[in-house]
Amino acid sequence: MHVNKGGTTVSSSLFGRRGLFCFQYKRWSLQRGVRIAMKEKLEALKQEALAQLQDVNDPQQLNDLRVKYLGKKGALTEILRGMGALSAEERPVIGQVANDVRGAIEEVISAKQEAFQQQETEERLRAEKVDVTLPGRKLSQGAIHPLSKVIQDIEDIFIGMGYRVAEGPEVETDYFNFEALNLPKNHPARDMQDSFYLTDDLLMRTQTSPVQARTMLSMQGKAPVKIICPGRVFRRDDDDATHSFQFHQIEGLVIGENIRMSDLKGTLLQFVQEMFGDNTQIRLRPSFFPFTEPSAEVDVSCVKCGGSGCRVCKQTGWLEILGCGMVHPKVLEMGGYDPDKYSGFAFGMGVERIAMLKYGVDDIRHFFNNDTAFLKQFTRI
Amino acid sequence: MRVSTDWLSDYISLEGVSSEDLAARITSAGIEIDVIEKRNQGINKVVVGYVKSKEKHPDADKLNVCIVDAGQEEDLQIVCGAKNVDAGQKVPVALVGAKLPGGFDIKKAKLRGVLSQGMICSAKELGMNDKLLPKELQEGILVLPAETEIGKPIVDVLGLNDEVLELDLTPNRSDCLSMLGAAYEVSAILGRELSLPNPEKEILEVQDAAADHISVTIDANEQCSHYAARYITGVTIAPSPLWMQNRLMAAGVRPINNIVDITNYVMLEYGQPLHAFDADQLKDGAVHVRMAEAGETMVTLDGAERRLEPHMLVITAGGKPVALAGVMGGLDSEVTSSTVNIFLESAKFDGGTVRKTSRQLGLRSEASSRFEKEVDPARVIPALDRAAALMAKYAGGAVHQGIVEAGSAEVKPAVITLSLEKLNRYLGTELSLLEVKTIFSRLHFPCGDAGQGMVDVQVPSRRGDIVLDVDLIEEVARLYGYDNIPTTAIEGPTTPGALTKAQAVRRSLRRLLTHSGFQEVLGYSFIHPQQAEMFTSLASEGMAVKLAMPMSEDRSVLRTSLLPQLLDIALYNDHRKQPDLALFEMGNLFHTHEKTLTKQPVERPVLGLLLSGRLGNKQWNVQPAKVDFFDLKGALETVFDYLGIQEDDITYEANSPVGFHPGRSASIYAGQGEDKRLLGVLGQIHPKTQQELDLEDTYAAEILLEPLYDMTNDRVAYRDLPRFPGMERDLAIVVDEQVEAGSLIQTIKENAGELLQQIQVFDVFTGSKLGEGKKSVAISLTYRHKDRTLTDEEVAAVTEKAVAALQQTFGAELRK
Repeated sequence: MHVNKGGTTVSSSLFGRRGLFCFQYKRWSLQRGVRIAMKEKLEALKQEALAQLQDVNDPQQLNDLRVKYLGKKGALTEILRGMGALSAEERPVIGQVANDVRGAIEEVISAKQEAFQQQETEERLRAEKVDVTLPGRKLSQGAIHPLSKVIQDIEDIFIGMGYRVAEGPEVETDYFNFEALNLPKNHPARDMQDSFYLTDDLLMRTQTSPVQARTMLSMQGKAPVKIICPGRVFRRDDDDATHSFQFHQIEGLVIGENIRMSDLKGTLLQFVQEMFGDNTQIRLRPSFFPFTEPSAEVDVSCVKCGGSGCRVCKQTGWLEILGCGMVHPKVLEMGGYDPDKYSGFAFGMGVERIAMLKYGVDDIRHFFNNDTAFLKQFTRI
Repeated sequence: MRVSTDWLSDYISLEGVSSEDLAARITSAGIEIDVIEKRNQGINKVVVGYVKSKEKHPDADKLNVCIVDAGQEEDLQIVCGAKNVDAGQKVPVALVGAKLPGGFDIKKAKLRGVLSQGMICSAKELGMNDKLLPKELQEGILVLPAETEIGKPIVDVLGLNDEVLELDLTPNRSDCLSMLGAAYEVSAILGRELSLPNPEKEILEVQDAAADHISVTIDANEQCSHYAARYITGVTIAPSPLWMQNRLMAAGVRPINNIVDITNYVMLEYGQPLHAFDADQLKDGAVHVRMAEAGETMVTLDGAERRLEPHMLVITAGGKPVALAGVMGGLDSEVTSSTVNIFLESAKFDGGTVRKTSRQLGLRSEASSRFEKEVDPARVIPALDRAAALMAKYAGGAVHQGIVEAGSAEVKPAVITLSLEKLNRYLGTELSLLEVKTIFSRLHFPCGDAGQGMVDVQVPSRRGDIVLDVDLIEEVARLYGYDNIPTTAIEGPTTPGALTKAQAVRRSLRRLLTHSGFQEVLGYSFIHPQQAEMFTSLASEGMAVKLAMPMSEDRSVLRTSLLPQLLDIALYNDHRKQPDLALFEMGNLFHTHEKTLTKQPVERPVLGLLLSGRLGNKQWNVQPAKVDFFDLKGALETVFDYLGIQEDDITYEANSPVGFHPGRSASIYAGQGEDKRLLGVLGQIHPKTQQELDLEDTYAAEILLEPLYDMTNDRVAYRDLPRFPGMERDLAIVVDEQVEAGSLIQTIKENAGELLQQIQVFDVFTGSKLGEGKKSVAISLTYRHKDRTLTDEEVAAVTEKAVAALQQTFGAELRK
């Protein structure tokens, strides 16, 4: 057996030291003819073995040949039995020859064995081949509801701009839902939103604005105030592709000493560019809300066509997405802020509308039908 | 408000401004216009014709052969099928080669063998909204007044060369519910001069004083500050002139007769609703304005008997109501074809009063909607005069001398002082005093210099929406153009942005659950009353909250649990062949302890979970397992682990909560001992419910979120990793089937001492080998000492101690 260790070949055969020098050497001068014969035999054995090994093509045959030539009862051992007839000088010489023969045969066997092993491994790996085009086993993943996702996105944008996120109850008092927002009882503007009342004084909030009123009171006149209020709101509306009696809003409120309408424009521009892309533009149109003065509707350049006109923006290039304005002095006053010292702005938007625009959803009812075939489309977001 | 550009041109020149352009400019100044209606929908070569004769068609019963003079070189022979066609009529005639709306081309044709050289048209064929036509003209051909000029293009006769702007008014701009208001707005936008009617000069009175025939008294000054009337006699009821009818139709109002049309016309022009009574039906011509008495009734114009209430304002004569002020007139005093003398009313009724009455009776009209938003007190008299003058002109009436009135028309001019510095600070602009004053002059708001950058602005009474200086700032801003306001960043101290802890926890849960395969859903906050009873509500032991006026019974109660909605959603998906569901929702529950609600109900945020069908994705060669109780419980445990809640702080009790399978459900408690509180419920939906809904085995859970916010612990404190090996011992314990694994674990924990690091159930089974009513629970125990390697002896000793306790407490035996 040859073992490779750092490039040196070490023989550990039975012709090693002990084996060779344990012979008693006698009658050495008479055995010259024997020596020549042995040498020839060994040479012939080598040739024969190598010739046979050359044609071997399976591991079993290889093993048989190894036993035949190198085994305990093999051909080489057989020849070496005749060593006894050699002189002490000749024995090492013949021993060396025998070792060489053995080495040569072993080398070939070993190379063959390695080749067979490699072949075997290759065959096994070939057999283990899988169809890589079969589908993998995916991890189970659910999706965040698209409305939650939009709310989180908007929250994150405003948190980055220094806003806190505030919340309030879904059942509101008439006072906080209307009166504190400059909508006294019998105000014609209450027609704008028919409400779900529980009693004369309690109703499902029709907007998230009451959270603004509550926050102002809880701040006890401290400034600056910078909040956004996401939440669920309710209005009497027959459900259709664009209306739902239940929907979500996000409102924002900023109060400070010297808050300007131009700041409102700047804030909204930053928001829509983060939300819809850097090239998004805004357009403010005068409008009316009881709790702001001046008031404005905000259009963004169409998220689909970028302003050149398409079906989504009805060829106008603009989409209405926000209402906003400067906080009405009466609202500031009711919230505990002196309108001569403080000013502020507020804005609000419908989450469903933003989600519909952002994802191209054409029917608001999808959001509350909760068809998983619809919801799973948002797994990637 | 529908604004005819033709009518608008009476007051202001629109030369060189297209309707589209005008609409865009009005919109950008604050009044949205989405629709521009072209009244001529494609009419060409249609003229007025005179029907000279009408003969029956020789071969068709329903057809007539007419000879028509349409101002052409020769008379035309036209076959007409309309029942109402007759000789002597003036009618619209579509000549050969004419085009009609809808792409109709008129050609010479033979109808049943008779040549027809054109078509006599109905209003509908001319593209007119026939609902606005007088009733007699809705069917058959359109018959024009006898004086109509033959051969004149019909578009001129019917005023169809008009374009109507539909103003979408916000509640503050009720001033534009009148043509004059619209004219003021357009004048401010275009910067062009106004030319307004001057009714005072138009009116010609007869000598006889109105006050000798009629009288007016008010007994409700708060609800009616001013009531004025004129007396007009000898009118002839007839159709109003065509130009007036055309304008009314353009405004969306149906012409009726000259008197009614004039009141409507003036209402549209001035924004002041008027009412014409048949003066002879008002006893002694004496009108008294007062609040209705309880139990009083009257029959309104529409023939309905109305029960009146003391908050309603009425006009009475002879002690009886003859009109609901500002809402609707009475049937008895209505102007009819035989009316000769008119009592014409123009008044300022209180908006709130009108609003309440019209809402309560469900009577909304053009008049009530104007009164509701408060009419301009300065227009009560001009509108009255204008209508009287028109009645003299178009109904042959004699206007008696003087106005009979009660209350006062006096209007105090509102003056607001505006600071230029504040305006610029508020808007972020740098406008000059001159620029600001120019804008006010375009608005026709007189203004004077108050010195030191202050302006005194006089606000006309027509703009009741302008009360504060910020209202004036808005006027300046909108006419200056919002687009011209700069874009700036907020100055001043910065603030840190943040979520509240509750919001942060909910976000974490959303992340964990979606990444674990649960789909977020959002249900409705309103449910059916029966659904409110399906499950124990975690909000409290109170009652469900009802909507006062629900839209349907299915959505009439505020939800007391998320689970009924989750079941609805599961069912919805099951019907769409999507039975494998893992759903969650976070939302609020509502409950009250009050029989009659006086304060806000309890509102509790909860997390609802639902599992149905099979768990995980469909795979080839692998069938995912059907969900069971432990999948759901495991999901909850994952939630608790993720929030850093100690295992010992949560306990499960098999006490069969309402709505669940009694043997496969539990209540979940948070805290220990005295602090122990109900946290939630979980289990299989009751099989009866599953069967009713035709749903596969479905498991659901609901837990309160507020306790979770408090228990959440996101602080991680590193513990040394074990340096010495642990030792494991497995026990297979045979006990009665009723014994809960939880109690076995508890007993082991109590007895095995501090060395016990971990305890885990790894097998549970029953079988005949164990004996009737017995089960085997296999538990793996891991022991470890932090400072040394344990010996077999000490592990055996603590294990034996635990086993002995199990034997003593539960009669447990070790399985060999």
